[in-house]
Amino acid sequence: MKKLMIGNEAVSRGLYEGGVNIVSSYPGTPSTEITEFISKYDDVYSEWAPNEKVAMEVAFGASLSGKRSACCMKHVGLNVAADPLFTLSYTGVTGGMVVCVADDPAMHSSQNEQDSRHYAIAAKVPMLEPADSSEAYSFAKGAFALSEKFDTPVLFRMCTRMAHSQSIVEIGEREDFEGIAYEKKPWKYIMAPANAIKRHPFVEERTQKLTELAENCEYNRVEMSDTKLGIITAGTCYQYIKEVFGDSVSILKIGMINPLPVKMIKDFAAKVDRLVVVEELDPIIETHCNNIGVKVEGKSLFSNMGEFSQQTIREVLLGEKPETVKADSEVPVRPPVMCSGCPHRGMYYTLAKNKITVLGDIGCYTLGSAPPLNALDSTLCMGASVSGLHGFNKGAGNEKKTVCVIGDSTFMHSGVTGLINISYNMSNSTVIILDNSITGMTGHQQNPTTGYNIKGDPAGKIDLEALCHSIGINRVRVVDPYDLDECDKALKEELAAEEPSVIISRRPCVLLKYVKHEKPLRVDPEKCRACKRCMKLGCPSISFKDGKAVIDQTQCVGCNVCSQLCPFDAIGREEE
Amino acid sequence: MATSIMIVGVGGQGSLLASKLLGNILTAEGYDVKVSEVHGMSQRGGSVVTYVKYDDNKVYSPIVTEGEADYIISFEKLEAARYASYLKKDGKVIVNVQEIDPMPVIIGAAEYPSDVLDELKSKGVFVDELDALTIAEQAGSSKAVNIVLMGRLAKYLGIGYDEWISAIENTVKPKFVELNKKAFELGYTYSK
Repeated sequence: MKKLMIGNEAVSRGLYEGGVNIVSSYPGTPSTEITEFISKYDDVYSEWAPNEKVAMEVAFGASLSGKRSACCMKHVGLNVAADPLFTLSYTGVTGGMVVCVADDPAMHSSQNEQDSRHYAIAAKVPMLEPADSSEAYSFAKGAFALSEKFDTPVLFRMCTRMAHSQSIVEIGEREDFEGIAYEKKPWKYIMAPANAIKRHPFVEERTQKLTELAENCEYNRVEMSDTKLGIITAGTCYQYIKEVFGDSVSILKIGMINPLPVKMIKDFAAKVDRLVVVEELDPIIETHCNNIGVKVEGKSLFSNMGEFSQQTIREVLLGEKPETVKADSEVPVRPPVMCSGCPHRGMYYTLAKNKITVLGDIGCYTLGSAPPLNALDSTLCMGASVSGLHGFNKGAGNEKKTVCVIGDSTFMHSGVTGLINISYNMSNSTVIILDNSITGMTGHQQNPTTGYNIKGDPAGKIDLEALCHSIGINRVRVVDPYDLDECDKALKEELAAEEPSVIISRRPCVLLKYVKHEKPLRVDPEKCRACKRCMKLGCPSISFKDGKAVIDQTQCVGCNVCSQLCPFDAIGREEE
Repeated sequence: MATSIMIVGVGGQGSLLASKLLGNILTAEGYDVKVSEVHGMSQRGGSVVTYVKYDDNKVYSPIVTEGEADYIISFEKLEAARYASYLKKDGKVIVNVQEIDPMPVIIGAAEYPSDVLDELKSKGVFVDELDALTIAEQAGSSKAVNIVLMGRLAKYLGIGYDEWISAIENTVKPKFVELNKKAFELGYTYSK
């Protein structure tokens, strides 16, 4: 059956047909949909784990038990899961294990554009990289057999364009995997020095064997044509090359990024006059070519930043620029914004008004850093707001003008360990948990605080207040971020207190289906004095037209935060 | 050479459904099709762009670059201007004339350039403008702007009306089929 699928759905279908039994993941753009699609298959156990390290260790345990497992994450998630990955390379697997990792060149929705291929090299595990949905499907389906044959976890690299581009896939049937009976193998699975020292040579031998495979396998192929120009490429760049050159250049298309072939590259190099490597981000293939003594051009021509396109290829290799037309007027940028009625806005307004230094975290609420709120001072990585606040307060002294904000899902991911440190090492810190009862930015995934699992069924529910208390925080209070006075009072009182505290700013994400929207508010133009106080919220529903504030009736959800700011009582709801 | 369509607009306007419908009908027509979406930030009111490409032969790149688009379907006026450089020399712009202020305009750091469509037309760009929001409301929901615009696009693509209707039936949730069929019809039959 032919089906148009985004790359992530194709990976999911491949894993499914390849017999995956257990999938544990943490959401992260652009990887999230792989696990969301998997969750629709009833014959696969799937879950959202609290973070990527947990997810990978769940996949490890499932493999140890003899089942086929997978875990999926974005590139920065692999940093979190790097610890188990490096030693999983030594233990190898029982049931096949696939680690899907999605890079985000150009940072459509990420804090950096690191290249995950380094991890495959550093951890000495094979890495596959498809170039369209059809390959994503077939590579994923075969990845378990590869994993089991070579006794290794398999890294599966996607990138934003691959993950979110649809192309046609010819799908097949699931091959059920019964599992392998559990057998105790301490020499393989207890990675204490005496055992690990014997596993390291195994890892090196495995890389040798995988290199032999790379020379002649379904993943790497040569498309010979005119020999004036030869291009070595992989992933989505292959499509850009084909778009520009069709069949008029010779291509070595790599599908297994690690280990890379040696003889295959040398043979290809010998046949072409000019050899160019086209790869996004870091010079991984190029460095390999240099290491094996093959002269190539790569990053001397192409950037190691951002995404490529057919336009990049045309400009660099053909010197062609497109003819374009543009409007004369300056087109203002349109950055993403916090939604109308976003529950984070009230708390951010309160923080900005009180000129508080705010260490931020990863999620929708990073958008509070933009004008007019300008409410954030830092955003580093998942959980860093809480640990960073402790360090900031130890460094800056206890002036108590600094807090951190972190979402409910991010707090579960890795904020809680920072709070343990605040309690244990006693800093007088105030942590604000922006609890919108969902993992928002990645498109509404459940998490340990929501009480529902990946399939939407009732599940264990972590009680944030009880958790914070049990860590040793005595001052834990809940506020409604739609109530500005309450936010202001809580903030001032907790900052004045002589002990650590947690403010839980709780209201569900306004985009959740069960959240009822109130009737939109209107500005009474007679009463509006154009003071623009309501504009300080950065609400996309409020604009200024003909000298008066106006509320967009299609967007406003009636949260009433703006009306609390109006000194002239101009904002209200028309009574029926 | 593949036909390249860009669907541009503001996050939350429903461009994903439009691209899904387009992808489904083009696949059903037997073309090779690629569609490229951007997720993650898409619901957050930012500028969003989706690429749809199709051809009798194989389509390689899933994205459209400057000077390549045969059609730009813009859900909002300013966004048509933002992506105008992607238009091919004889490409067409189909645009909903609705203005949605971006944050820099809301906070007074920039002005909304209301004349952008005239500027493009003065440079010889084919611009088909319609008030898709009002038409969508006539069909029953302001959320149907996306399908009104698909109806307008259908005028140019040469795929039969009935094929579109069955693609709508296969793409949208059953309870929204009638609304979307109406929106499609109003977009398709619209005349100035």
